[in-house]
Amino acid sequence: MHPMSIWRYANPVEFLRVSGAALPWFWAGTALCLATGLAWGFFGTPDDYRQGSTVKILFLHVPAALMAINAWLMMLAASLIWIIRRHHVSALAARAAAPVGAVMTVIALFTGAVWGQPMWGTWWVWDPRLTSFFILFVFYLGYIALWNAIDEPDRAADLTAVLCLVGSVFALLSRYAVFFWSQGLHQGPSLSLDRQENVDNAFYWPLLICIAGFILLFLSLVLLRTRTEIRARRLRALQNLQARA
Amino acid sequence: MMPDLGKYAATVLLAYGVSLGLIAALIAASLLRSARLRRALARAEAEVRKSKA
Repeated sequence: MHPMSIWRYANPVEFLRVSGAALPWFWAGTALCLATGLAWGFFGTPDDYRQGSTVKILFLHVPAALMAINAWLMMLAASLIWIIRRHHVSALAARAAAPVGAVMTVIALFTGAVWGQPMWGTWWVWDPRLTSFFILFVFYLGYIALWNAIDEPDRAADLTAVLCLVGSVFALLSRYAVFFWSQGLHQGPSLSLDRQENVDNAFYWPLLICIAGFILLFLSLVLLRTRTEIRARRLRALQNLQARA
Repeated sequence: MMPDLGKYAATVLLAYGVSLGLIAALIAASLLRSARLRRALARAEAEVRKSKA
């Protein structure tokens, strides 16, 4: 195997070694970006002329929603690697990411409801984006429950990978619902490659830093939790060995 | 210094409080499980080594 090949990280020992060295840097980056972005967003941005101070919820809502969708897409990539190449670390990484994605989805749904109440006059509407997001949350719960319900790890990885493929439809629907369904209360995307469509500059930079912070938080948690899953798998193997002896 | 959040103060503080609380709980749960598994694995590996010796 080429020394630069990503497949060498499919070896649990190699993964533990490299992720152990990288994790402190990821945590430091997370703390720096989240502290800077959230403090700037909360203390250093003006009120919006229509939304007042509720615009500050943007700095939690947008990054959490982004990570809720992308966490599922990361699980999809890991599940495909498991299905095609049968690397255990990828299946365990998908399992490790699910609770993180679920919490991000809860944060996005909760902050959206709290923000929507004063702006839309309601906590919830069955708007295309909100509905697809809620279904995504149900898929997260189902995915976590399925992993916990099956004792045989490889069979659990197979079935959850299939569930992940099906749920990806709703992850993508959540991402693109604002583009192809114009009806509904949810506004269009806050960030775009076209600067004219972006939020005002006063919010743009702290928002970008918050997004970087949430991405690093997600990566830190997934690395930490994947390491834990690898140890749990080894512990289970040792316990089975001792039980047979 | 606390910014003046006006009539939406409760809304904004609720959103920040719950979100940061959830993130803190997720980090704490992940770190605790990691530490517990690390200890359990070290114990199990020590037992295997002892039984082999």
